[in-house]
Amino acid sequence: MATTKARGPRKTGSSTGAKRARKKPTDLGTNRTGVQTAPARAKAMSASTEAAPAEPMLADAMGRLRAELSQEAPPIGTMPVPGNLRGVAKTVGKALQGEKATVFLDRLGERLAFERGGVRLYDAILAKLPAARLSEGTLTVPEMRRFRDEELAHVHVVREAIESVGGDPTAVTPSADVAGVEAIGIMQVLTDPRTTLTQCLGALLTAELADNDGWKILIAMAEASGQDELAQRFTLALAEEDHHLASVRSWIAERLGIQLGKPLPSTAFGEPAQPT
Amino acid sequence: MGLDLKSERGVPLDKQVFDWRELAGLPYSKLDSDAFSRVRVILMNGIEAEALRFQHAMARSQDGELRRALARVRRSEQHQQTLVNWLNPADQSPLETTIGYEQVAIEVTSHIAKHEPDPYLAQVYRFGLLEDFDHMYRYAALLDRLEGKDANAILQGYTDVMPGRPTADEHRHPHDDLRDPYDRRTASPLSKLNALTMVAGEHQTHDYYMHVGPVFADPIARQLYAEIASIEEQHVTQYESLTDPSETWLEKWLLHEATEVWNYWSCLQDEGDPRLKQLWQRFLDYELGHLAFVRELFERHELRDPWEIVPATLPDPITYESHREFVRETLERELDLRANGTRFVSREQESAESLAYRERINRGGSPSETVAKGWTWRPGGELLAPPEVAAMH
Repeated sequence: MATTKARGPRKTGSSTGAKRARKKPTDLGTNRTGVQTAPARAKAMSASTEAAPAEPMLADAMGRLRAELSQEAPPIGTMPVPGNLRGVAKTVGKALQGEKATVFLDRLGERLAFERGGVRLYDAILAKLPAARLSEGTLTVPEMRRFRDEELAHVHVVREAIESVGGDPTAVTPSADVAGVEAIGIMQVLTDPRTTLTQCLGALLTAELADNDGWKILIAMAEASGQDELAQRFTLALAEEDHHLASVRSWIAERLGIQLGKPLPSTAFGEPAQPT
Repeated sequence: MGLDLKSERGVPLDKQVFDWRELAGLPYSKLDSDAFSRVRVILMNGIEAEALRFQHAMARSQDGELRRALARVRRSEQHQQTLVNWLNPADQSPLETTIGYEQVAIEVTSHIAKHEPDPYLAQVYRFGLLEDFDHMYRYAALLDRLEGKDANAILQGYTDVMPGRPTADEHRHPHDDLRDPYDRRTASPLSKLNALTMVAGEHQTHDYYMHVGPVFADPIARQLYAEIASIEEQHVTQYESLTDPSETWLEKWLLHEATEVWNYWSCLQDEGDPRLKQLWQRFLDYELGHLAFVRELFERHELRDPWEIVPATLPDPITYESHREFVRETLERELDLRANGTRFVSREQESAESLAYRERINRGGSPSETVAKGWTWRPGGELLAPPEVAAMH
């Protein structure tokens, strides 16, 4: 049987009891994904494949099959028939008929799904705050909580809008379904205990950018459909979303500036780039 | 009404052919298809997975003709499983599919429990039913609180969402999951088909949770799947222990094929989607082909009459419908039942081993309790409730 050397008492660090500094994702570590971390192995792999000719143009075989199947595929789903005559009457009464009504209802369903998911994204990011360093920068827990509550209020704005035009707010419209698929990746980032607040804000930015344009599209559709009252309510929601978007952008810029050791130059994020 | 197995020989094995396009064909619509179409697809994936699992297990102790026979039938079963499982659509998230899995467990177990002729076996099924019912409640809470979605978009009003026997109380010592097996000489054919159907359903559910659990980033989701997967393993142990261990391999294989025939035939009766109905007919014919093939092997190798094992006429099919009333009645009567060895007992009579195991495994907290704290199902989810109810939880 192997014997082990007797070991003396373990030496402690110079600051006994002090917490070890928390690792950051930008620390140098053991990331092994790039070829530069194992150049000899990468060279051996390349040597193995040198004999096989690369023809990237043939990758369009995938594209052709996708195109063919897209042409054959039915839609993901369809719209529900109004559950009651009252629903039908509302739809007709509000000058929304036939396909126009369902196109608008489908997008309303999408907005509702987005806002519901948005509340849950904010629930997730709020859970990140206790572990984050908030002493620098302008991000505060009360403001983040307010954004979450505003998203919830938007849920009810859209719910009421759907009901007012005769729709069922519990129905998952095709566009709502697609919105749910889109949100999965963002949700995964925000709920992963290993992601930093800065990374989560980046994911949240993706949601807020889509959210912002989603409201603008809905306002335009409401106006085009003669739903002026709805357009006004949506415009109020958009104003709050504008503030969410601007805040998330500036929080990201602040935190990255702190990490760089230098504030980022004033950058009008979201403005189209101007040619130099 | 029964299917006459003596006259139905189905499609021969060498005519059971596929290509990749049909194997990975168009899925059903998550939004438009009836919930029971999804239930049938999920269950039949489980039935095929069990066929594959069993035929692999059997092959490890066979050689010669039986080994080759198993490989041939297995190839068809595997492709059938692919075609069926690939009917699930990609826009259905793993958690939404999980809701579908629990709906299968609740509605199929309810049917089986209602129609099982052996009172002890029926009690076993009702016992498991109330536990799967609670899993539905916990997963529905997670779906609402993680993804902001309403489980009823999947359930379509057929299945209630409320607490059952609390998942945190379902953790038992392994010896308290084993039940008394049926006697192969005296059990009714329906009892045998029921048992194999339940083993198939629960084993695939366990495997599904094991696959998707780690895909979640959210720590409560990861813990909840770990917890419920552990219970599903308990359920597999429970239902598997109902089968008579003295059945020979070939006898079990024959019963497996009969179970597949019975289940595809059941699906065919109630299916409203024409494309899926055609599929169930095709695969019923394939399974009849397998059954005929295995019957002939059984006769030659065991020198026994296969009709002693498999009924010439199948029992009535599983009916796909809501069992809301049956579940509510069972909840009222049997919520507090527990298990001690192979018997069902009152709460106070649980074994010390189960109590100790439960205390230990719940020591770090209970994800099933955490996820559903203060949650009640309502149409559209928690967030569509009046604002004061949807305040931060």
